[in-house]
Amino acid sequence: MTEEKQEKIVFQRPKALTNVVNHYCPGCFHGVIHRVIAEAIDELGIQEITVGIAPVGCSVLAYNYFETDMAEAAHGRAPAMATGMKRVHPELVVFTYQGDGDLAAIGTNELIHTATRGENVTTIFVNNAIYGMTGGQMAPTTLPGQVTTSTPHGRDTKMAGFPVRVAELVSTLEGAAYVVRRSAYNPSEIRKLKSAVKTAFQTQMAGLGYSLVEVVSNCPTNWGMTPVESIKWLQENMVAYYPLGDFKIKDAVKELTGKK
Amino acid sequence: MATKLMKGNEAIAEAAIRAGCEAYFGYPITPQTEVLEYMAARMPELGRGFVQAESELGAINMVYGAAATGARAMTTTSSPGFSLMQEGISYIACSELPCVVVNIMRGGPGLGNIQPAQGDYFQMTKGGGHGDYSPIVLAPSTVQETVDLIILAFDLADKYLQPTLVIADGMLGQIMEPVELPDLKPPVRPERPWALTGAKGRKKNIVNSLYLDPMKLEEVNLRLQKTYAEIRKNEIRYEEHLLDDADVMVVAYGTSARVAKTAISKLRRQGIKVGLFRPITVNPYPYDALRQSAEKVKQILVVEMSAGQMLEDVHLAVQGKRPVHFYGRMGGIVFLPEEIADEIKKLAA
Repeated sequence: MTEEKQEKIVFQRPKALTNVVNHYCPGCFHGVIHRVIAEAIDELGIQEITVGIAPVGCSVLAYNYFETDMAEAAHGRAPAMATGMKRVHPELVVFTYQGDGDLAAIGTNELIHTATRGENVTTIFVNNAIYGMTGGQMAPTTLPGQVTTSTPHGRDTKMAGFPVRVAELVSTLEGAAYVVRRSAYNPSEIRKLKSAVKTAFQTQMAGLGYSLVEVVSNCPTNWGMTPVESIKWLQENMVAYYPLGDFKIKDAVKELTGKK
Repeated sequence: MATKLMKGNEAIAEAAIRAGCEAYFGYPITPQTEVLEYMAARMPELGRGFVQAESELGAINMVYGAAATGARAMTTTSSPGFSLMQEGISYIACSELPCVVVNIMRGGPGLGNIQPAQGDYFQMTKGGGHGDYSPIVLAPSTVQETVDLIILAFDLADKYLQPTLVIADGMLGQIMEPVELPDLKPPVRPERPWALTGAKGRKKNIVNSLYLDPMKLEEVNLRLQKTYAEIRKNEIRYEEHLLDDADVMVVAYGTSARVAKTAISKLRRQGIKVGLFRPITVNPYPYDALRQSAEKVKQILVVEMSAGQMLEDVHLAVQGKRPVHFYGRMGGIVFLPEEIADEIKKLAA
């Protein structure tokens, strides 16, 4: 009698991620973050009711990478688009995926007001302290002294001001129910990131208000580093300025996840 | 149908509601704020969507989002706010979505003032936002006509999957006139296979205006141009008033046309043969009809509350075949019938 070898699948592409080769640079966290979001969508079983909104930035083509209904917003306007969608279709799970230019420069007004209105939508904010798509200019989150193509002598706070801490800023708004900052620089952080994304979606689905997951991320290409160097730089420089942690978790959200 | 005395702005709101508007997003700006306030009261009563947005930028992008899910969505604003919406309108046009945007024009440029004007003709009819798009622009001149054209706007937007604009001014927004409204019914959505409603039992949909491949973007543009050609073929509307025996033809739209009609009535009683050509769609513009009417008169007078914007379309229509004169006021000044009558008399002499 021959024995058939049983195969047990222990790892596969999430259903909510399309089978498409993406365009992100080697070592960029976008790929990881996309996957984490897709896994969260799969685990919550919400693929058929999710609509994602892509920004303008490196992740402009995110609408090709998620296997859900997707829209492409004007630069910075994704939270307003999300508002429009959710007000007409409250049964949908709507998330915006935005970079630091999209969210913290041109789109800050839409972000603040979507949060303060307590819209039941989720924002995944990818903060890599630089404008990637346009070739490495200063972002609102660029660190003092950081060299970019528009701060070639290093960001001088006297001329170019100070970086903005978005999670802290949004956490002051009453309409924001769940505001956390995570990263994806090692497996432990990636697990925490996925948990945060799931909680954010659950916050939305329970109608508890606006949720924001800021992800401290990298840009090997425009930082002029190898992927491994970029992760080291992130840990040594960015986390100091953008501390990981929970900035706002409403009690009702805590009850949802059973966390104290 | 009962007749109700309504302020223009409120009639706009109620007309949209009767047309099945599912969501209204707006921002306060004089002289159209009453639309927002009326919607703020009515839409929640009806269980429909309402948001006072953070700005007109927010409002148009909320319309974009709602339209992407297949909903009938509308915003209203006034001139400076319309400038802010141009980007959004360009995106909605390229994404091939329906929506209605109403501009209650006021004095400009810049902050200007809050009185009626017609200084946004260019930015509404010639695009205004970036790229080759061309929204239908409807031009009412009474409150009743505003109601009728708002309802038509929703239908045209759905028919062509393009933004449809209504060009009005502060006078129309503020005056009170009797209107008849269609019955109130729950909104019924047509089949929208492209809408973002959650990919249940179907492939995912994408609503997008980005086409990095130039060949693909050209394809999209050619499709849009085909739509605009259809619109030009089917949707041109205009009114010819007392033109059969006219020597002088006034060309005007909106409130200017209304005041011109009063002037024309007065002059007709004095035996002066003058009539009015009133475009009701200013985009697509009734070039052919205007040219044909022009050939039957001796003089043409274009009257606008601007420095002369529709004037250029009249030149395009008339092609130098008749003399075209212009009389305009700016700064939010509305004509008196006597002013227009005086200008007509100069030409009739």
